[in-house]
Amino acid sequence: MSISFQKVTKSFDDTVALKNFSFEFKKGQTSVLIGSSGCGKSTLLRLVVGLIKHDSGTILIDNQAPVKSNLPFLRKKIGYVIQEGGLFPHLTTKENVSLMAGYTGWDEKKTNDRMNELIRLTKFREDLLDRYPSELSGGQRQRVSLMRALMLEPEFLLLDEPLGSLDPLIRYDLQEDLKDIFERLGKTVILVTHDLHEAVFFADEIILMREGTIVQKGDINEFLKSPSDPFVTKFINAQRSEINFSNEN
Amino acid sequence: MKINFKFFGILIFVFFFLDIVSFPQEETLIKVGSKKFTENVILGEIITQLITSQDQKVDYIKELGGTRILWNALLNGEIDIYPDYTGTIIKEILVNKNANKNNLKDKLAELNIGMIGPLCFNNTYAIGMKKELAEKLGIEEISNLKNHPSLTLGFTNEFMDRTDGWRGLQRTYQLPQTNVTGLDHDLAYKGLASGSIDVIDLYSTDAEIEYYNLKVLKDDLHYFPDYKSVILYRKELEKTHPGIIKRLQILENSIPEETMIKMNSEVKINKKPESFVAANFLKNKFSIQSSYQASTFLSRLWHNTKEHLFLVLISLTAAILISIPLGTIAFKYKKMGKIILGVTGIIQTIPSLALLVFMIPLLGIGTYPAISALFLYSLLPIVRNTHSGLGDIPNNIRESAIVLGLSPSFILKKIELPLASRSILAGIKTSAVINVGTATLGALIGAGGYGQPILTGIRLDDITLILEGAVPAALLALLVQWIFDLSEKLIIPKGL
Repeated sequence: MSISFQKVTKSFDDTVALKNFSFEFKKGQTSVLIGSSGCGKSTLLRLVVGLIKHDSGTILIDNQAPVKSNLPFLRKKIGYVIQEGGLFPHLTTKENVSLMAGYTGWDEKKTNDRMNELIRLTKFREDLLDRYPSELSGGQRQRVSLMRALMLEPEFLLLDEPLGSLDPLIRYDLQEDLKDIFERLGKTVILVTHDLHEAVFFADEIILMREGTIVQKGDINEFLKSPSDPFVTKFINAQRSEINFSNEN
Repeated sequence: MKINFKFFGILIFVFFFLDIVSFPQEETLIKVGSKKFTENVILGEIITQLITSQDQKVDYIKELGGTRILWNALLNGEIDIYPDYTGTIIKEILVNKNANKNNLKDKLAELNIGMIGPLCFNNTYAIGMKKELAEKLGIEEISNLKNHPSLTLGFTNEFMDRTDGWRGLQRTYQLPQTNVTGLDHDLAYKGLASGSIDVIDLYSTDAEIEYYNLKVLKDDLHYFPDYKSVILYRKELEKTHPGIIKRLQILENSIPEETMIKMNSEVKINKKPESFVAANFLKNKFSIQSSYQASTFLSRLWHNTKEHLFLVLISLTAAILISIPLGTIAFKYKKMGKIILGVTGIIQTIPSLALLVFMIPLLGIGTYPAISALFLYSLLPIVRNTHSGLGDIPNNIRESAIVLGLSPSFILKKIELPLASRSILAGIKTSAVINVGTATLGALIGAGGYGQPILTGIRLDDITLILEGAVPAALLALLVQWIFDLSEKLIIPKGL
């Protein structure tokens, strides 16, 4: 029940997005990919869900290489949440969340039960179920997106900057709830962010990336104590000073 | 998307209804045609009323077009009968068949066409100009034109192209004029009156000759042949409807030239309906009481509206049903898309009038070629808007759908097309409005509709008649716009 990358390379035109990348995302763990934009962290998620194809190397999801024929099957094992949610604007909250259940052929009772479970889990306000995405706040939208991703009880949950576009207060609330959800569900989670504090908050293991390769992986304390590269210190300090600066105000 | 089905259900019902009311049983229907100038329309009306008086149903497709269109329609059986002129048949239709006055009937019979007539009067082509100008320049006969190269000539488009028309005239008389324009016969008279044209072709029985005080120049080199009026019909009528042929034969030698000029003048100068003039003629000459009834404004409006709606609804629905898949294919397969957008784009650049005329050799005359042309014309806006509507869907939404594990066809049906619906509907609206306007040209190839009164109005120089077609067409365009604005609320999903 893991996702493993073995010597995976992916380039777009002349830019290399992933270079000989090897890593195993372990079962039940929350792994956080962090790095500045363009370091290849989103590319990695997009490879897992089969939106793009790698040039060389091996990707195994649950010991299966994603190919065209098994992708629909594998995708049902993966929940995918992106920045701004990617909700279907013409469907209500309820329709967005239950879409896959209907598509898979669940009956109404099973769907409703699962929906109620998810509403409790994500602390979503039930009276907003008939609203369209455009009538919801950013935080509510992300909760809907999360419910949609979790509907079929996937084994893996991939989140690409899920809190990226939210304002600080909402972001704080959702962070707390998300962490709670990850812990309760015990799923294999891969979260992508460029925010160090968010990474520290969520991660069982942090993977710092630069130019398509891993610079350092492990615990934040290891990053601080024994940085593998001057970039590690630089990256940490850049975000630390940001906070110091804002604290002074 | 359920609403869409309802919407189409209503459309189908409307077609069904229109189909029933606009197409009575065709087996026993005799189809009479006429060219688009007044005298021919009157003759067509006389023929129609004569046949109707024998309790035979007739569909009279008047002012269908020029000689070629009528002749081909007759050969193809799209019409059964129409009036023409001996000179035209010899010089234009059978020009390669060595036809002459004496063997004309036999030559036509070879093509399974029968001829009744002559009806007596001779309506030859002639060349005319304003009397004052002719006197000032001392022009008496066509030869005299040679000495005035600066004169402006305006000829009907048919005369410009015919072998017995301008080219032959120019050769025979060695005419030096270079300022020659082609235009509608009825507009030519207006041009002459306003002084923008000096010399025009005319028909010797035209009522306008007297009305505008024109000088008919003498054909001193005898270039123009006789144009004796005759009735052409499909030979098979002799077997299937012998009574009708016999009936029409009473017209032989029965219309002297003065009578024809008078009838033309009744219509063109005194603004009497052709059907009225024809009925009067039949009553006075043969004491035949024809079942002519003056059509009221409302009955005409209803009739034209039915025809117009039929053209628009069928062609537009077909265009919608074809264009949305085409636009989708164009979006999904980029190479194919270039071809699809290119071809539909090229079709759009063909002038609508030309497109209609192109349809004649392919599909003949009448409703269906007009629908085909309108259909082709309606494609581009819908194809283009479907294509761009799908292209405008944000990538993260499309990817979300893919990653959920939905099939491409489900994504197209439930996510992409609904999201593109606003753009697609806007395309359909554009097509519909263009379609309503362009459909007025359908009358030129016998498809009727609001173009019919416009066409007749131009021929008779009758503004009221032109408005009788133009105003409803404009109102219909507005109505269509309004209906689509309203249906936007139903069809476009909430939340967008």
